[in-house]
Amino acid sequence: MNEPVIQLAHGGGGQMSAELLAEVILPALGGEVPARELMRGLTDSAVLEHVGSRIAFTTDSYVVQPLEFPGGDIGKLAICGTVNDLAVAGAAPRALSLALVLAEGLAVDVLRRVLRSAADAAREASVSIVTGDTKVVERGALDGMVINTAGLGEMLPQARLGFERIGEGDRIVLSGPLGEHGLAVMCRREGLGLASELQSDCAAIHVLTGALLAELGADVHFMRDPTRGGLAAILAEIAQGARRDIEIDQRSIPTNPTAVAAAEILGLDLLTVANEGKLVAVVSADSADRAAQVLAKHGIASQAAVIGTVAAARDGPLVEMVTHVGGRRVVQMPYGEELPRIC
Amino acid sequence: MAGPFDSLCEKIHEYCGSPALAGRGVQIMEVCGTHTVAIAQSGLRGLLPEALRLISGPGCPVCVTDRSYVDQALWLASGEDSTAELPIIATYGDMVRVPGSRGSLAQARAGGAQVAVVSSADQAVTLAKANPDRQVVFLAVGFETTAPGTALAVLRARDEGVSNFSALTAHKLILPAMRALLSGGEAKIDGFLCPGHVSVILGWAAYDEIVRDFGRPCVVAGFDPGNIVKGVEAILAQLVAGRPAACSVYPAVAHDGNARALKLLDEVFEPADATWRALGVIPSSGLALREEFAEFDAARRFNPPAEDSSDDPRCLCGEVITGRARPRQCALFGRECTPREPVGPCMVSSEGACATAYKYERDE
Repeated sequence: MNEPVIQLAHGGGGQMSAELLAEVILPALGGEVPARELMRGLTDSAVLEHVGSRIAFTTDSYVVQPLEFPGGDIGKLAICGTVNDLAVAGAAPRALSLALVLAEGLAVDVLRRVLRSAADAAREASVSIVTGDTKVVERGALDGMVINTAGLGEMLPQARLGFERIGEGDRIVLSGPLGEHGLAVMCRREGLGLASELQSDCAAIHVLTGALLAELGADVHFMRDPTRGGLAAILAEIAQGARRDIEIDQRSIPTNPTAVAAAEILGLDLLTVANEGKLVAVVSADSADRAAQVLAKHGIASQAAVIGTVAAARDGPLVEMVTHVGGRRVVQMPYGEELPRIC
Repeated sequence: MAGPFDSLCEKIHEYCGSPALAGRGVQIMEVCGTHTVAIAQSGLRGLLPEALRLISGPGCPVCVTDRSYVDQALWLASGEDSTAELPIIATYGDMVRVPGSRGSLAQARAGGAQVAVVSSADQAVTLAKANPDRQVVFLAVGFETTAPGTALAVLRARDEGVSNFSALTAHKLILPAMRALLSGGEAKIDGFLCPGHVSVILGWAAYDEIVRDFGRPCVVAGFDPGNIVKGVEAILAQLVAGRPAACSVYPAVAHDGNARALKLLDEVFEPADATWRALGVIPSSGLALREEFAEFDAARRFNPPAEDSSDDPRCLCGEVITGRARPRQCALFGRECTPREPVGPCMVSSEGACATAYKYERDE
């Protein structure tokens, strides 16, 4: 394929579409298998065998600017995000779809890099991309590209998760420091020098959820990944869903000093900033310390810690935090887009 | 568990119980929105005596910006001045959602207006250079902290001949507002916790006039909770001793401030009357571009209509930023007015007293 940028005709279903698929998309995704062989095997649907009887099924669309950021890119994000949604549901990821919506004018090199990174992430997560689609829209209709992935997972037999399983005295376990993804992206976007030091935490966490369930089984009551809205949104959801209060202790929350500094500069509350490779688990009190130990054996969760407790609701479900200085504050569900402040 | 400021807090409790202060409530105004957030985020109030109240002041740039200014920005964004192409409005993020009489810039953007969020005035000049066919209007709001940035941007625009850049200025000065609050006499203010960032520019000696004319302690503090507690302790010590003074517990602040920044402000701006939300027009409380920079003044270039526009009469933002009401005393708070659907600016800005109370503090 000679064109350096995507053109509308690349999404038209004709020769140019076939070229894009055979010469860019499949080679980038396929690794060792020759594209010609892959092309021959293409049908309208993937057929999956031996997937199990309890299936988890999820989908998510990914938009991020810049498309490539420190620690990841939209391709890695699209794989890890969907793998993580399966993982926190208690499923082992088995198969993914990957649909691309490309803007006319997108550099083919960028597309190639993003897809290679998606393929790497899928390989690392031991999950196959089994079906896909490509469309092209007019320049200006979207910024670069959008990726949608859907995922199928096989429910792990030990998984018994749900709001109804959360009880008073349960502990909240967090796998690592907050805000790295959101701040890495924002620093890059704002041109803040910290961008070079701060990496997105973008990672697949199914190894963490799998290990927790294998070691602690039914003592794990609930799991979530704190993405958009950050830890604050997830805890508010858990409090609402379980109709209980949650109290966390700021002093036990793991931190990344660069992220703390960046949040301060941008005037953002770390609790509300997005993560893409963290796990929040609600576990029974007896198992809390072990849960943190099990997680900490994995590199992406080496700072895992028990950060809070579930309690009976006093007024209405509320999340409170004991602060560094021993004061207390409410942790609210953020309303939406957090805006960097003026000064 | 023992807190890091136990001994300081103990002293504060002692001061409040001492014969000089016992039995009377003490109100300390933190002038700056960043202080308001730090106090709420760290839950400091819970560590202080009940008789001691920390109240928010007029130091949140978004909160003090008059509604008519937002209306002017909206007018420019809509292209009603009939320039061929819609101008690009370059603004700090906080301003995007502040409601004017006819919606907000966020709503205007959804309707097709060109609104770009920048984190510095300099970025707005860069934006103008990248879009030579478009007018770029920078919404220049904020105190002495952001004004030097605007000054630098204007100088750069002049030096590099960026003729499509202009600034709609509403910069404000903190001292005239403090004087207006005390002269008005409506709020009981026993002392000021003065803003760290602004004071880096002004120097702590700038507050001498408040001490001289009004006899109120003025202590500059930084933004970590420890420094805030230290500042509060210093104010109380002055009150107990009956010796108000200007001083700083924030090491970054010098006696005379930042001479270079002050010179820059003087080079580009001149004092002008300014309209403050809730405080009205305060003489010489704002900064206007000097005559020689008139070509970069958006108000002169586009002549946006300056119309009086009134806030929702039930909104207490004016009372809140002058220390006359606490956020939860407003009937709209948490009901019709939330960070998601703000009625007044104190609920929009991340540093607004209402948004802060809503986000971090329980009902009293």
